[in-house]
Amino acid sequence: MSHLWRRHRHWLAPTLFILPGALLFGVVIILASIETIWVSFFDWDGVGPMQWVGLANYEQLFADPQFYVSLKNNVIWLAMFMLAPPLGLALALLLNQAIAGMKFLKSLFFVPLVLASVTVGVVFTWVYDPTFGLLSLIYGWFGATAPALLSDEHLVSFAVVIAALWPQVAFCLVLFLAGLNNLNEDLIGAGRVDGARGFAMLLHVVLPQLREVSFIALAVTIIGALRSFDMVAVMTSGGPFGSSTVLAYQMYEQSIFSYRFGYGAAIATVLFAVMAVFIAWYLRTLLRPEQETA
Amino acid sequence: MYPRPIPETARPARAAYVALVAAVLVLWLLPLVTVMLTSLRSFEEVMAGNYWGWPKSFNFIENYTAVFKQTALARYFVNSLIVTLPSVIGVLVLSTLTGYVLSRHRFPGNRLLFALFVGGNFLPAQIMMIPVRDLMVGLGLYDTYLALIIFHTAFQTGFATLFMRNFIAALPDELFQAARAEGASPWQTLWHVVVPLIRPALAALAILTFTFVWNDYFWAIVLTQSDAVKPVTAGLNNLRGEWVSAWNLVAAATIMVAIPPVAMFFLMQRHFIAGLTMGAVKG
Repeated sequence: MSHLWRRHRHWLAPTLFILPGALLFGVVIILASIETIWVSFFDWDGVGPMQWVGLANYEQLFADPQFYVSLKNNVIWLAMFMLAPPLGLALALLLNQAIAGMKFLKSLFFVPLVLASVTVGVVFTWVYDPTFGLLSLIYGWFGATAPALLSDEHLVSFAVVIAALWPQVAFCLVLFLAGLNNLNEDLIGAGRVDGARGFAMLLHVVLPQLREVSFIALAVTIIGALRSFDMVAVMTSGGPFGSSTVLAYQMYEQSIFSYRFGYGAAIATVLFAVMAVFIAWYLRTLLRPEQETA
Repeated sequence: MYPRPIPETARPARAAYVALVAAVLVLWLLPLVTVMLTSLRSFEEVMAGNYWGWPKSFNFIENYTAVFKQTALARYFVNSLIVTLPSVIGVLVLSTLTGYVLSRHRFPGNRLLFALFVGGNFLPAQIMMIPVRDLMVGLGLYDTYLALIIFHTAFQTGFATLFMRNFIAALPDELFQAARAEGASPWQTLWHVVVPLIRPALAALAILTFTFVWNDYFWAIVLTQSDAVKPVTAGLNNLRGEWVSAWNLVAAATIMVAIPPVAMFFLMQRHFIAGLTMGAVKG
């Protein structure tokens, strides 16, 4: 027995090592995700028997006005989240000075990043409150009345995204500060000798060196925008009148509150299809450099 | 360095710069600071509408004890700890194993497996919600700590595997060659060569996983229901509904929920930043 083990351990041991993680991840994450696609072809209340309906859930979804509201809001999220990388970079450029005390100030800037989205949601619900919020205070200084952002169907999504941008900008700030710390001093020096300064220096010498960091910041921001759920759930529950739902929230609502699991699965599948494009792009870029060396 | 460092001799410029940064910082954290101030106000003051002035009285002890005595916040806190700590340990163990194998052993499917771990980590939670919920109901684990622990351990293992694989791949090859030359078994190599060298990675991963799991809201509301199991994030959202007019107490609860991840961050900042940038940027 021990002889057999000795002869085969060079591959048996690694297999045993990777098995628990691979099995757990494979079943709970990967198989479950595939199963959802399967469920999307059924009519199911989550308890009773499942009934095959083919593409009926999708047909219904593409005729559902609420679906297009969610889709539009996902686009708003995506477009506005594109502000996070440049804002993070701008903050990083402001903060990248080695002066006593800067270290502590910098870390205070990172705080929104570690807050739970529920915390961010509660904090900003407060900022937006039309009677005693920070916003109403500012409007008050100009003698104006603050709009009730979270109950205005045209503004609500923008208000929620601005709140969500707060931690996202902090995330990009962390990445760009790390990137700025790894700049090639020789190139910067050469640029200075050649008379590059200010914006030209940023554009032609600094940014090319930040390519990898920018890519990560962009990819994570895009995926984060499309995955958004918590802030919508906490700040508006999709309201008023469903005007701030995103696909992730609509899926949750249809499944958990309306017991339409097949329909919910179809929404999740559409969201997955949209995100798969970005995930594939991210994976390709992330894994490509290794292919060259391998 | 870019931008060009402000010279040490330019003292006024330096002072002006720090003042500017401090001003931006105040604006940046203003939403949070106002919640902090509100958490110190008395109920009468909140009722009278003083939300923005300096607090008339500081009710730190009253408010923060009230929030623990009159609400289920203490319970939620314990729940979050019971869920988070085992998840962190589980993730560290599993990802050390997967990361070691994926970085140091060649086998067919290695890259595919790695891509699945990394890609799965970016999936939207909703694509796995129904089967995961079903699975937990089927196992009799719905509305128990174990449901959340199992899910978080599984999900975070994706990111952690990316992280560990890259970290172990960056260790010097000579170490592994020497171990092989001495006839060390895979287990001995893992235990005597890899584990002592990856302590910084374990620390970084521990703090990141702690933050991710503690801050989770979606799975908290999908997999739990009762106050006896509910984590703080879901609990806070409930309190907000129940204590509509007691803003000072809701504010105190909000701050309490934020304290553990913020404290962890300040205690282990170097690891946190290194982890975040290393996990994101290739190791």
